[in-house]
Amino acid sequence: MNKLYAARRRKNSVTMALSLAATLLGLGWLVLILGVLLYEGFSGLSLRVFTEMTPPPGAAGGLLNAIMGSLVLTGLAVLIGTPIGILAGTYMAEYGRHDRLTSVVRFVNDILLSAPSIVIGLFIYEVMVYPMGHFSGWAGAVALAVIVVPVVVRTTEDMLTLVPDSLREAAASIGLPRSLMITRIAYRAAKAGMVTGVLLAVARISGETAPLLFTALNNQFWNSNLNAPMSSLPVVIFQFALSPYKDWQALAWTGALIITFAVLALSIVARTLTASRKQP
Amino acid sequence: MNLATATTTVPAVAHAPIDTAGLTERISIRGLNFYYGDHRALKDITLPLYASQVTAFIGPSGCGKSTLLRILNRMYDLYPNQRAEGHVTLDGEDILSPKQDVNLLRARIGMVFQKPTPFPMSIYENIAFGIRLYEKLSRHELDERVESALRRAALWDEVKDKLGANGLSLSGGQQQRLCIARTVAVRPEVILFDEPCSALDPISTAKIEELIDALKAEYTIVIVTHNMQQAARVSDFTAFMYLGELIEFDTTSKMFTAPGDRRTQDYITGRFG
Repeated sequence: MNKLYAARRRKNSVTMALSLAATLLGLGWLVLILGVLLYEGFSGLSLRVFTEMTPPPGAAGGLLNAIMGSLVLTGLAVLIGTPIGILAGTYMAEYGRHDRLTSVVRFVNDILLSAPSIVIGLFIYEVMVYPMGHFSGWAGAVALAVIVVPVVVRTTEDMLTLVPDSLREAAASIGLPRSLMITRIAYRAAKAGMVTGVLLAVARISGETAPLLFTALNNQFWNSNLNAPMSSLPVVIFQFALSPYKDWQALAWTGALIITFAVLALSIVARTLTASRKQP
Repeated sequence: MNLATATTTVPAVAHAPIDTAGLTERISIRGLNFYYGDHRALKDITLPLYASQVTAFIGPSGCGKSTLLRILNRMYDLYPNQRAEGHVTLDGEDILSPKQDVNLLRARIGMVFQKPTPFPMSIYENIAFGIRLYEKLSRHELDERVESALRRAALWDEVKDKLGANGLSLSGGQQQRLCIARTVAVRPEVILFDEPCSALDPISTAKIEELIDALKAEYTIVIVTHNMQQAARVSDFTAFMYLGELIEFDTTSKMFTAPGDRRTQDYITGRFG
């Protein structure tokens, strides 16, 4: 066999083996984490988890107030963050594509995208919690919204940029004003991707603990008042997992399992939407 | 061949006297220059476009024929750093004037593009969408308008049972006819075709050409094409452009049998471009 070719084949096998090992190592940890999570969390899963409040140590209870709190906080954060994100992304992709402002906004947005969430929590603590004098659900929702905005801005801009200019020209060619071209044609063409962006943002914030510790804090009881401290799954997991009580630790595992599966379900929905977009 | 030497032997624009009796000049282009930033892409173009006639713009890639077409409906307005100078009038009305409402202008001057561009909606909506922009019609009237536009574009028989299907589910040739129907539905006076067949197979191309022939009675039609045979088949007048200049404009039969300029002759006989 040709010497050069033989050497190339050897190199190829070595690289192949190394890549495979790296993949297995990465996947291995994921499988281990999911395995332990399933094992520990599943044993604590019962109807009671979804019907009862978080208990004091030693008593029986569930996670209802935390689940509700998480849903309310996440929902509000999406309601606040999505319109801001979509409008900003629309400006960047449709109106200001060649502006300096757009490059500046994009740069700042990328910084915000990777900002440590604890910093965002502290910021909201300073501007909302401290002046108001108490922790509140509103503060928690706003902190999460600050995390939602850059994700939605990014995906909206990217998805609208993917809409071909030929489609914009076609819309313009029948006398469609720009505003209608954006809302009726470009949004429609980019819909799946934009929805995926929002879902990814939801997945991101549903596991956030740090911004909530300084804002919504926690609440042992059922609370639908957004002006009062509010419970949430990540904070309850954080608190219960660090506690010395066995039953609290078990509930923390169950909470972790619930979050993981909620995020998994969202990711699957997002994937399906993106996949169906590719088929004309 | 050397174009520089050829230009010295003939006038810059060969203009044989054209028998224009009975023709109405729908669009007049006079002294038109166009700039992409600092680059001057069109140089002093002067050209008439006659009503109920098909005018073809031909020339090698980059000669400015699409640029010229896109000035007629101010499509270049969508992009920064592009500007036109000179006079272009539609029925005497200045198209390039800043006071000209571009959306109303584009409703009067429709355009069909190189690649089919159906909107991401149903076949019916693709047509109805443009009509609803400027007219308030009853459901029944709208249905009729959609049907007549689809019949015009010779697409009705193929889609009448699936009007609710996505426009993108049609074949390339059908999509292009859908785009023509969409353009016709708005009832423009002028239709611009920007290489409408370059992405289509020969059968679809033949259908589009028949369509252009059928439409010309009611519309002023301008077509940009790379295909010389197509220009010869569908057009009444032909404009040959080269390097941003209008080299020759004449009736298609004259252009293809006895061109007045060496460069035109070299191009249509396939010696360059």
